[in-house]
Amino acid sequence: MYIIGIWIAAFLTLCIFSFLYKDNPFYKLAEHIYIGSSAAYMFIYVYFFDVKPMLIDKFRTSVGFDKWILIIPSLLGIIMLLRVVPRIGWISRWAIAFTIGLGSGIGIVTGVHGFVLPQIKATFVPLIVMGNWMESINNLVLIVGTLTATLYFYFSKEHKGAIRLPIRIGISLIMVAFGASFGYTVMARLSLLIGRIYFLLHDWLHLVK
Amino acid sequence: MANIKRQYIYIVIALCIIVPLLTQKIMPVRVSPPVQQAYDTMAKLPPGSSILFSIDYDPSAQPELQPMLLAMLRHAFKCNQKVIMICNWPLGFPLGQDALVSCAREYNKSYGKDYVNLGYRPGVAAVIIGIGREIRDFFTSDYAGTLLDSLPMMTNVHNSNDIALLVGIEAGATGDVWVQIANARFGQKIVLGSTAVVAPDFYPYLQAKQIEGIIGGLKGAAEYETLIKHKGGGIAGMTAQSVTHIAIILFIIIGNIGYLFLRKKR
Repeated sequence: MYIIGIWIAAFLTLCIFSFLYKDNPFYKLAEHIYIGSSAAYMFIYVYFFDVKPMLIDKFRTSVGFDKWILIIPSLLGIIMLLRVVPRIGWISRWAIAFTIGLGSGIGIVTGVHGFVLPQIKATFVPLIVMGNWMESINNLVLIVGTLTATLYFYFSKEHKGAIRLPIRIGISLIMVAFGASFGYTVMARLSLLIGRIYFLLHDWLHLVK
Repeated sequence: MANIKRQYIYIVIALCIIVPLLTQKIMPVRVSPPVQQAYDTMAKLPPGSSILFSIDYDPSAQPELQPMLLAMLRHAFKCNQKVIMICNWPLGFPLGQDALVSCAREYNKSYGKDYVNLGYRPGVAAVIIGIGREIRDFFTSDYAGTLLDSLPMMTNVHNSNDIALLVGIEAGATGDVWVQIANARFGQKIVLGSTAVVAPDFYPYLQAKQIEGIIGGLKGAAEYETLIKHKGGGIAGMTAQSVTHIAIILFIIIGNIGYLFLRKKR
């Protein structure tokens, strides 16, 4: 069974790689199998790890308030599915509004408390660290970088005159960050390719120990 | 040169990967400070501490993150820590389970006593808040339906206070949610391992001391494998990665020179 699995995986990998030459039916076949199996797998997981234990089993075992409160999320879930019925599809907006409201509530609080404030706090560093000139340079880059990059996003005044130079520094630093991010992305994509080729050479062809 | 077919570039890249893998040449791996910090955080925990592993990726990130997960699990078991695993991405569950079972077998660890897998729950932010308050609000049982209180290692684990370290293995933005809720609200110690694509997003957290360390991409996995002295998928792929990077740099240089010549001609 394991060997059959390896052969199927190898075949589908080669089907996907065939797109590098040009689009073809083998690529389409592998793409459709991937999408279909992922959706089915996720459906089963959501049912067995979420709907069943958190809703059905909980409704059976809970009593009082804990039991009846479960009707609200169930209703919201059903309402969400009404999108498929065009005549009453608008009702699904209630469930969507609830989800957006919940997401915004959590997002705003956690964003400010967990990201903005700690990041601002982290820029409160000494400009001169006695006996450690490397840290002094790092801190200087950090403070100048934060201020100039933030200034770039100040659009109420044309980027001319006194603010032109700091904004140029800010955009240059943003470009450096984009470059680093792009470099990391290239590395990530190559790692995925290495992983697939390693699978073909190691697990399928047994050419690599 | 401007009309070179892209298929030739693919062939060169394929050769740059296949040849180093076949020759199995190993390049020395230098350990970077963020990975060293992640390793030290785990190593300094007292034996028997509970470590929560969050599997926040799926098969599309497996080549990068699976070697990382294996290396960190090996380290945790080697240090006699208790491992609790959860998944925030449904398709990550089998990957986490495979790694957990194989590493546990290597170190003779038993289920329920040394490690547990609680499975997947949807709603990342709600799950993280739940773990901060009472883990049983969201996970009444493990993935197989065994009640949490009947698992010996879970009897005293209720919330973030009982979890010494969170290890998030990330392919997306779930790591941000861990930091912004679990760390900011509940003071949870966090180490993040991530794909190289999302690693740059996590560096501000490290600089602000919101997390203890970062393991970024296959390179990070190779560094961690070097630290635990166990050659795995990370180290095996490093030579191919380096050779391919050199090839890409050469392509960029050649492409730019070609572009300059073309522009001069016009």
